[in-house]
Parts: sequence; structure tokens; C-alpha cells
Amino acid sequence: MTPERERRASELVARYPESQSALIPFLQFCQAHDGYVTQQAIHDAAEIAGITPGEAESIASFYTLLFKEPVGKHKIQVCRTLSCMLRGADELQQHVRQRLGLGNGESSPDGRFYYEEVECLAACDRAPCLQHNLEFHYDVTPEDFDRLLDEWRASDPGVSMPAE
Amino acid sequence: MARFEPVLLRGIGQLDLTDIENYKQLGGFAALEKALREMTPEAVQGEVSASNLRGRGGAGFPTGKKWSFLPKDGRPRYLVCNCDEAEPGTFKDHLLLEQAPFQIIEGLLISAYAINAAQIFMYIRGEFLEGFRIFKRALDAARLQGYLGKRILGTDFSMDIVVHRGAGAYICGEETAMLESIEGKRGEPRLKPPFPANAGLYGMPTVVNNVETVSCVPHIIERGAQWFASIGPEKCPGPKIISVSGHVVRPGNYEVPMGIPARELIEEYAGGLFPGRRLKAIQPGGGSSAAIFEEDLDTGIDFDSLAAKRTMLGSGGFVVMDDTTCMVRASQTLTRFFEHESCGQCTPCREGGQWVARMVSRLEAGEGNESDLRVLSTINDTITGTNLCPLGDSIMPFLSSVLRRFPEEFADHVREAGCPFRVGVAASMAS
Repeated sequence: MTPERERRASELVARYPESQSALIPFLQFCQAHDGYVTQQAIHDAAEIAGITPGEAESIASFYTLLFKEPVGKHKIQVCRTLSCMLRGADELQQHVRQRLGLGNGESSPDGRFYYEEVECLAACDRAPCLQHNLEFHYDVTPEDFDRLLDEWRASDPGVSMPAE
Repeated sequence: MARFEPVLLRGIGQLDLTDIENYKQLGGFAALEKALREMTPEAVQGEVSASNLRGRGGAGFPTGKKWSFLPKDGRPRYLVCNCDEAEPGTFKDHLLLEQAPFQIIEGLLISAYAINAAQIFMYIRGEFLEGFRIFKRALDAARLQGYLGKRILGTDFSMDIVVHRGAGAYICGEETAMLESIEGKRGEPRLKPPFPANAGLYGMPTVVNNVETVSCVPHIIERGAQWFASIGPEKCPGPKIISVSGHVVRPGNYEVPMGIPARELIEEYAGGLFPGRRLKAIQPGGGSSAAIFEEDLDTGIDFDSLAAKRTMLGSGGFVVMDDTTCMVRASQTLTRFFEHESCGQCTPCREGGQWVARMVSRLEAGEGNESDLRVLSTINDTITGTNLCPLGDSIMPFLSSVLRRFPEEFADHVREAGCPFRVGVAASMAS
């Protein structure tokens, strides 16, 4: 473990009555730097929690915001549940898929973009909505998306899945 | 018509209530002062019990009663705040978190005082990153002014709040799954009993309360149980935030007195339907609730009136669907939701949910058959009531209710080998 990760691990362990509670926040911290949950992070997390790497992997696999493999840096997650569907999510998804050239759950070969259709984001009054690296965008029309995409193309998101 | 004077949403939209000074200017933290300086924990608990406050997370269980179940055996007690809002159509906790964080903090501190908690855990949905940041900043501001930490306001009461970010899993909104998740495990619901009051977080006595529920607490302490109990129906009183979405002119969060008729909510608050459209179905309590229809518009929006209509208030996610909506397509998004979110522990939910979602998708794609229709109309009995937690029981209510009401629409999908609403769906998207 790097000194930085060791420091974060001890902070997290101190925060909770039992050390295993630090597991998910620690993986979130690692993912923010690595872009996904690496095998090294799984091993480190297992050590902190006092469980086997297999158990840690099983736990990590339960959560959709922990990526098990490298994904594109710009993570675009469009809501697909009822309220958004009623207000144009189908049309938005079709547009986004076509503009990115990606299907649900796919990353672009250059590693820049990742696209996913996700379940209700709790922003149903401003539908359809999406998240870009966990930042909300509301009432998104296809034209709005084109504008956003131009911005994203021109930028490097760096830490693309912030832990905090 | 006179609008209800907002309680929980007061000031939102006019004042930046993420600024502690603005919150105090509206009377914020007066209830905490009152509770800590003038009331015993028992008195606070008594006041909340007398108010008849019922949990706003979905189950509607009386909050005071929940608190009273904690055993007096000297073990540390934990208070967990459920801010894992993910019920389809519900977006009130999201708003309270981002725009009224101090109200949550004050409610949590008073609640922790009332139940003599050792610590508070705030579980925030992973997708609410902005809300998480706002809440953390609010905690820092509260700590700086002596509302959090050691010897709060110079009294003997010390308390802290640990913020735990979720990592993407609807099921963690179920209270025992949430406890597992905080413990660093897969968010799989536990078998009850034991209930969290006896063996909750880290095996200790635990209360899990929803964000909106704890946000009610300062107001009950400040204005009294009688005031709260006098709003709306006797058995489920108080102000209630209803998240209105779908086919209405002004979707949004509306705070109303519990029990107002559905019609009033739609017409007076949400601006009514789009011109020329007719109401087809409403999901009154999030994705897990059975639909109500045009003839039910005079039903009161509260726990008991909706239960009498064989549906529920649930989390208060009120989704309006007009006559352009295909009920098969609507059912498809929801059955797919539950299929995706099943934790996989119970066979009826894991396997049944998957098959139901597949059959509905098949119907919508024009590939369904008569046998799918037969199975869908009878499978309710084998899926509902056969699972550890309410998720499995949430798969069928909406589908069964619209299948019963619009059987011809489902049959048309088979007969025409496709969705007769394609044009209608496109029209609703354009609006």
C-alpha cells in the first residue's frame, strides 16, 4: 500500500466501531485514483477489513458504482426508469448512444467515454436526467446533450469518480 | 385556493438554507436548544409519540413507537439516517439533503438525544455526491458553532455524525440491508426478527429513520405534538412532501397536509394534466405501489386512505400517466428495475423477477404470446409475500393492477405483435 492509502485506511478504520466498515469507502478512495477497483485495491481492502480477497471482491461486486474493470473516463449515466421514460428518456438514450457510438455498458476504445443506462436517479421532476461523473444534469434535451458533449470532449476529467 | 404553509420546505427557493446563518434566521436550532435545555430525553420521546408522526421512508411505522422498542440494557445504541432514496418517482430526500441539510442535522441531534444514542450514522446514496458534499460542509459549519461534537451548546450532551456514502444499490434503502452495507458487507437484507431495535448495527440496538421523518422532529419539538397531530387525518397526521412527476404541467416536490385528495394535488399544485390529455393511471407511492385510476381521484393522500385502496403512500413518489402511456411499456421499466435491483437472496424475487421482466419485455417487443399473459395474471401469488424483504413484494403490484384494469391493452400487444402505442409514446416524448 502507498503511504497515502495507508493514511486514508487508518483514518477510515478509526471512523467506525468495526474495521470492515472502512472497506467500501476505501475502495471508493482507490477508485477515484485508479479509475476502477483494481486487484491491488481489493487485496489492500481485504487486509484492512480482515477478510479474504475473495470476500472483498464479492462485496465490491454487489455495488454498481464500483467498477470491476477499466471504463471510459467520462462516465455518462442516463436514467431509464418510469418518470424519465414518460418525459423523453427513450429519445435521449437513442441520441446519446448514436452520438457516442456506444451501447449500454460500453466504453470507447480510446478510453475517453463510458455509457450506461441506469435506474431512477431521484430527479424525476426534471426528467429526463443524467449524471456525468456523478454530476447531475436535468431536463436534458438532445441539443443540451450535444452542447455538454462538446465541453466534455474538450476536457480531461482527471479524477472521474470522486470519492468525496 | 389557499396553499398549505410549508413546514419542511419553508424558505427553500427563497433563502440559501445551506448557509447556517440563514437557517438560524428562520428559527433553526431553536428546537435543539429547547430539547437540550428544557426537556428530558423521555419528554422528547413522549412529544414525538404524541404527535403520531409516522415514518416517511415508506412503511409508515409510528416513529415514537419505533424508538420505544429499544431495550434498556446498557448496550450502545445507534441512530441511522436513511438517505438512500432510490424508489422510482421519489425525489424529496434528494431535495432536503441538498437544500435543507441543517434541518436534517437538527432533527438527528434531537432524535439521538431522545433515544440516548451513542452515535449517528448518515447513509447517503452514492449518486448524491453533491448532496454528500453539501451535508459534510453543513456538519463542519454546525461543529464550528457548537451544535455538534463535545458538550453541545454547553450541555452534557455530546454527539457526532458519521457520514457513509453508498456505492450504488437500491436495496440498501431497506433498513437491514443498510446496516449490512454500513458494516462493509453486501447489502443483503437480514431475516427479521431480530429487529434492528434489538440487534441492529454491529449487533447493537439501532433505530433507522428516514430523512423526511427526522426533518419533522425539530418542528414537533418547537411547535408541539398537538400542532403536528392537528394537520390532516388523526391516525397519520402532519405535513408530507409528495414528489409529483410524469405527465403533469408542473412536476415537483409539493408539501401538503397529509390526506389531501389526489385530484387537488394534481390540479392545484402540479398544474394539472397537459391540455387535451386524460388521466390513465397514477402510481401514488413510488415504483413499488399498485396503480390508482380516474375514479380514485378523491382518495386522500395518506397511509390509511391509500391502503384502503389496496395500494400505498409508500415514499410519496406520485407518478402521473396520461392516456398516451402504454401500460406494458410502463410495466417494463418497473419490472426491469426490480430485476436489476434484486439482491438475489430469495428465489421468487431473483428468478421470478427476472422471468416477469423478460415476459413483459417480450410483450412490448411484440414477441409475447397468450401463455405470457396467463402466467403474468397468476404469478402474483407465488412472488408476493414469499421473500425476506419488501423488494420481492414490489415486483407485482403495479403490473397486476394495470393488467387487471387494461387487459385488452396487454392482449393487443400479442394480437398485433407489437406495441400499439408507439405513436403515442413518441407524442408524449415530444411534449
